[in-house]
Amino acid sequence: MSTLQQSTPEELTSAAKRARDQLDAQAYETVQWHFHPSTGCPFWLEKAKSLKFDPLKEVNNFDDLKKFDLFEDEWLRGGPVRRWVPKAYADKPIYVFETGGTTGIPKSRIAIEDFRVDYSLFSNTLPDEYFPHGANWLMLGPSGPRRLRLAVEHLCQHRGGICFCIDLDPRWVIKLIKKGWMEHLEEYKKHCIDQAITILTAGHDVRCMFTTPKLLESLAMELEKRGTTIREMGITGIFSGGTEFTPQWTRFATEEYLEGVYMTPTYGNTLMGLACSKPVTAAEGYKISYYAPQPRAVLEIVDFNDPHKVVGYGETGRVKLTTLTKEFFVPGFLERDEGERERPYIKYPWDGVSGVRPFHELAEATTVGVY
Amino acid sequence: MLNIPILRWGKPYESLETDDVKHFLTGEPIAKVSQANGGLLQRDMRKAANARKVLRDIPIEDLIERVKKAGELYLNATLPLGDGTQSPDDFAHMQSASTGLPEHMCKANMAKNFFVLSHMDQMLDALTRGLNLNILSNGFGVENRGVVVSFQAQAPAVGLVLPSNSPGVHTLWLPVIPMQIGLVLKPGPQEPWTPYRMTAAFTEAGIPAEAISIYPGGPDVGAAVLASCDRSMIFGGTPTVERYKGNPKVQAHGPGFSKILLGDDVVDDWEKYVDLMADSIYLNSGRGCINCSGIWASRHTKEIAAAIAKKIGPVPVLPPEDPKAGLAAFTIPGAAQAIWNQIAAGLKEDGVTDMTSEYGARLEEKERCAYLRPTIVHCKSPSNTLAKAEYMYPFASVVECPQDKMLESIGPTLVCTALTNDPKFQSDLTDATHIDRLNIGPIPTIKLDWLQPHEGNIVEFLFRARAYQVPEERLAAMR
Repeated sequence: MSTLQQSTPEELTSAAKRARDQLDAQAYETVQWHFHPSTGCPFWLEKAKSLKFDPLKEVNNFDDLKKFDLFEDEWLRGGPVRRWVPKAYADKPIYVFETGGTTGIPKSRIAIEDFRVDYSLFSNTLPDEYFPHGANWLMLGPSGPRRLRLAVEHLCQHRGGICFCIDLDPRWVIKLIKKGWMEHLEEYKKHCIDQAITILTAGHDVRCMFTTPKLLESLAMELEKRGTTIREMGITGIFSGGTEFTPQWTRFATEEYLEGVYMTPTYGNTLMGLACSKPVTAAEGYKISYYAPQPRAVLEIVDFNDPHKVVGYGETGRVKLTTLTKEFFVPGFLERDEGERERPYIKYPWDGVSGVRPFHELAEATTVGVY
Repeated sequence: MLNIPILRWGKPYESLETDDVKHFLTGEPIAKVSQANGGLLQRDMRKAANARKVLRDIPIEDLIERVKKAGELYLNATLPLGDGTQSPDDFAHMQSASTGLPEHMCKANMAKNFFVLSHMDQMLDALTRGLNLNILSNGFGVENRGVVVSFQAQAPAVGLVLPSNSPGVHTLWLPVIPMQIGLVLKPGPQEPWTPYRMTAAFTEAGIPAEAISIYPGGPDVGAAVLASCDRSMIFGGTPTVERYKGNPKVQAHGPGFSKILLGDDVVDDWEKYVDLMADSIYLNSGRGCINCSGIWASRHTKEIAAAIAKKIGPVPVLPPEDPKAGLAAFTIPGAAQAIWNQIAAGLKEDGVTDMTSEYGARLEEKERCAYLRPTIVHCKSPSNTLAKAEYMYPFASVVECPQDKMLESIGPTLVCTALTNDPKFQSDLTDATHIDRLNIGPIPTIKLDWLQPHEGNIVEFLFRARAYQVPEERLAAMR
């Protein structure tokens, strides 16, 4: 029986109301913070001059955020990166995380504590049975100026472990695919898997992993060639992510590679935190539904032609993201993904999204690398 | 509606992801086809050696008999398909409904596949040049002339990334099973029918189900076939062929650019060959790589083009079930329009004339599909863009070119029918390495002798001839 069925409609309605109140408060506070001269960042303070409304007076709840135009991720390309740092945090140590950048200038996002907060919250959703406290982790994913790399390391440290990482340049992977150098791609993948297996067989007692579907498959196949398995390597829990995380792939991995190793899919990117999934079960056809870490971030499924109109439950639309933290404010950004709107449930009493896949109008131009 | 599973070495596997194969005219779903993921295929390939093992347990002579029986079943029997069954008429109807090919052409392709299966012994005898087939089984043996030979299988199973648009290509892989090599088939999205029906016929005829896998799916599945099989065939456009050029593991089949060349010695009698030229362009809706897309001659080209245009230009669009239908529909949205736009751009060049324009519009758009009616273009020069174009419908350019410039101008040519009695021209044609199949004399490009290799000998692709030495006493025992 799912958690959804364990709550009464009244409990769910009440939880949803509380969540909505929190979200409205967070929207108000976040706008106050980013647009107040004493705390806000240069980008939004400058932007305020061209707005036809006063965000400090006219944004009182989440719905009021619709007064802003959609966030354009192109604004994140190039410097000066300090224009994104809130004045109140000017003296804090600042990280910069990048996304894209295979060719041209990558998009940059500043961070101070957000990634730690997001992943500490995510940590609370991991079952200790499979992700034991004190266990060491392997980060089998992208290295370099990536939020994910530091975030996974923090997650591991937060749970009392030490995180091992590999070198993996996702921009080179995309270049290899675009050039059609498939043999080089294969060799690079082997190079990454070799690094992972070296760590797993070096006596470090690694029990948990982050990896992507493609790398998980490659690791499992290589281990099998060597006469062993992910489980036999001592791994008990895997946290993974990416739009390739389809129900069929999850079923395939669960039935044929994991031998009872727990795997949880997630959805996220540099602009938002981490959307967790409802437990994925064979009984529900391995359906994957993600829920954003509200009130810090919100996922809405909107009409393809009207980004302010949320589609009905079960209907398909484009994923729209809103980020509401003191470090970073994104008042509605259209993701490169689409999916179906999911109903709230008691653990996450707000909308979710299932069937996440590349937005159909952009899908052909999207090169899926290691993710 | 039929539900069609993935076949993993004969075992059905229902995927959580499915693709609806739809009727191109009505949009009505005909079948729900399970979609594989690349990893599933790669994982199964660990067991590929078993496919060859189970086939090697059956002597090749027996396999040939079973394949012949399969041919009859494929042509005449109602066979299992997914959670239902399929009669021969159902097959032709379904294939037509999803590919746009008229039903009578689907039936003609069935007859072609049947012919290949029912003549498998002769085909293998021709392709192996009379080799004792047990040598393929054992990997070595003594030939009739007393010499030790070895043919080593290069893969336990061959991968095939099949197209949607040309059901005729299936003849190429039919000899694989009797050579005791397994099959890994990735059907084209609109044409799952032949791989599944052929597999059902093989199984009913006693071919071990464990020897065949079918993985419908997206591009990642095609990539997985090529990455996981030591020998694969792929069907695609020129970029696909270029990409795998020189890769010994992959045989890429692309456009044919097949042509008819009229030598100076016969060109004044061109009227004798109009039917042959029109048939080569038009039959099977001009879809095959063996359909003629270029007629080359030094003179009379405009008259030749006009005569062919008069013959096939008026061909109308007819419903797919009409036995007189000669044209296949383009079922992928926008495909026919894109092709016509390319042709229209080419027609703007100096010296290029659409000889079929007087027979009405070439592009006919319907609600869910579009047709292109036969198009004959006259090109004053081989340098015209359309002189070497090939499209998936009855399209041909009639190109004016001096005979002594033809071979350097025609480019890669899968089938070349040369109408000439000039020994020097015949000799030059025989030596031309950019011509694959050469017909000297009035043979339509589409008339294939199945006892001849097609785009490389499949035996040489799957088996490597190599040295194999044994002491004299052992050799004596082998004799």
